[in-house]
Amino acid sequence: MIEYQNIFTRTQIHGPADMGVPLPNGGNRERVGKPIFVHLFGLLGDAQVGPIYLGWLGILSILCGVIAFEIIGLNMWASVNWNPIQFVRQLFWLALEPPPAKYGLHFPPMAEGGWWLLAGFFLTASIILWWVRTYRRAIALGMGTHVAWAFAAAIWLYLVLGFIRPLLMGNFGEAVPFGIFPHLDWTAAFSIRYGNLFYNPFHMLSIAFLYGSALLFAMHAATILAVSRLGGEREIEQIVDRGTASERAALFWRWTMGFNATMESIHRWAWWFAVLCPLAGGIGILLTGTVVDNWYLWGIKHGFAPEYAYDMWAPVLDPALAAK
Amino acid sequence: MNMKYGLAFIAVAAGALLAMATLMHWERPPMASTQLGPRGVGMVWTQNPRTEAIVKSKNIAPESDPPAQLSGIKVKDSPDYQNVKVLGDLDVEEFNRLMGAITNWVAPDEGCTYCHNPENMADDGLYTKVVARRMLQMTRQINTMWTPHVQQTGVTCYTCHRGNPVPANLWFKNDGPPHAGGMSASRQGEGLSSKSVGMTSLPYDPFTALLAKGAQIRVDGTTALPTDKPGASIHDTEVTYGLMIHMSEALGVNCTFCHNSRQFASWSESRPQRVPAWHGLRMVTDLNETFMASLQGTFPKNRLGPSGDVAKINCATCHQGVNKPLYGVSMAKDYPELRVANP
Repeated sequence: MIEYQNIFTRTQIHGPADMGVPLPNGGNRERVGKPIFVHLFGLLGDAQVGPIYLGWLGILSILCGVIAFEIIGLNMWASVNWNPIQFVRQLFWLALEPPPAKYGLHFPPMAEGGWWLLAGFFLTASIILWWVRTYRRAIALGMGTHVAWAFAAAIWLYLVLGFIRPLLMGNFGEAVPFGIFPHLDWTAAFSIRYGNLFYNPFHMLSIAFLYGSALLFAMHAATILAVSRLGGEREIEQIVDRGTASERAALFWRWTMGFNATMESIHRWAWWFAVLCPLAGGIGILLTGTVVDNWYLWGIKHGFAPEYAYDMWAPVLDPALAAK
Repeated sequence: MNMKYGLAFIAVAAGALLAMATLMHWERPPMASTQLGPRGVGMVWTQNPRTEAIVKSKNIAPESDPPAQLSGIKVKDSPDYQNVKVLGDLDVEEFNRLMGAITNWVAPDEGCTYCHNPENMADDGLYTKVVARRMLQMTRQINTMWTPHVQQTGVTCYTCHRGNPVPANLWFKNDGPPHAGGMSASRQGEGLSSKSVGMTSLPYDPFTALLAKGAQIRVDGTTALPTDKPGASIHDTEVTYGLMIHMSEALGVNCTFCHNSRQFASWSESRPQRVPAWHGLRMVTDLNETFMASLQGTFPKNRLGPSGDVAKINCATCHQGVNKPLYGVSMAKDYPELRVANP
């Protein structure tokens, strides 16, 4: 039993490398590299590394990604006058900013946001190419396309932030800069400008799905590990051929929670929770500034922002109104 | 071979963690926290008692000189005093006491000759004397016209100078360090680790834009739904955010000292401290435009900023890390001649 309570994977199969299933149309061709085995990787996942398949989509995606990465990195470096020490010291602070609002949707001069648009184009191309690759690889393996559609949910949020919402607002100045701290500053400024995003119901839903995903993941992983000594890791077989692991797990949750998932439904819950996090979040961002300008005032208007008793001091009035 | 990859992996992970641990700024607990608003809204003032003790030791008001024994002769009536344009109505003894105090406050090491020509005390040849005269007018302006900000506490030269001929906290128009230029992307005034905005990457010169007459500091949407009038841009919001970080750093407080952070714009949910802060922003704008700007031609080149502009005032100039400068000790009450309105 102690084997199953270890935080690391205890079972490492040592045998000939698995080269993967044969695919129709000579689809094995692009698998390159002699597999190696790394013991430490095996503690976390599969010890086997390779063979790797990239194909044209993968190569183009990496190429576009590298171009975007270079545009961002070189412009950041230029922003500290090509000083290598300052580039390293201030790396987390450096930014590639979107065009100022005055340029609207026109293509600005390169120094005034042109590079941002170009980096955004290549990064988006890279992500979309990688999406097509996940879709096509799934089809090639005869799998469902669930991974691709989950990835598409994340791409939706990315596109809303950097492309769709700026289009609706009429300028790219609304979009997110590239950079570690700059994009976090953008997030805070965005929330301040539009009256506190925490009063945005879709933001609330997105948070619920985000934390819900983490909770479901923990519950599911814990349940399966807890019954794996009874054959619980054979989840898929137990969907149709319920064994004692499945029954004990179900009974455990009925006892503690009153209701339980099944070996099949738990994966649908998890998939929808994860996918709804960026889907709901993207809707919330899309509505911000386009149909709601101040979420807090909107919350007051619709009666869900609570009132507090500010009786610790005399009422505070806006001095700008008093001055008039 | 397997072990080699593994060790490399562990070494990289450990190195990254070590770099993060050593490069970051840490403060050890316990922190002192004071409730500032209704419970449950997170309006709390968090202070580090250890750094607070250091700030306290650096913000002690000096003892005032004993009051002058009045001679009954006004400066303007005495033949010994010439070219006294601002303080002519003072008693001679009061005047001498103030001159001594100013020397201690502003130029304790340099002495009288920092401003005066020892051969002829009335001579305006030293630029510092011309500046000092204008600064006396400014002090009187603050103490009489800006009581909504300084209340009855008032200010003296020491509030800003603290024994330094040039106050430690000033600002100039700041275009940032050199940039590669050419086709490379403009910084748009942000994206550096900047002291002026509390080491954030926010716009590093929020002062030029916002400490100017008619500047629009308010950025929040004022209606639930959008109107035809375009609102502030995200960049404008970041500039305001940068100014607010400066205020917070300069006063040694956090956002909730004035605001309820659930809605920064709402006055009815703000603390009363936000009102003097509002007047303070207008005060520094007035002082910079009326007094500092008038000295543009007086200062020598080495006292001007990188773009050739005159030194200017912001919150840190007086506050120096404390919400009430010198912890609210009123030095001005011992120098009533600094609380007289300018003609």
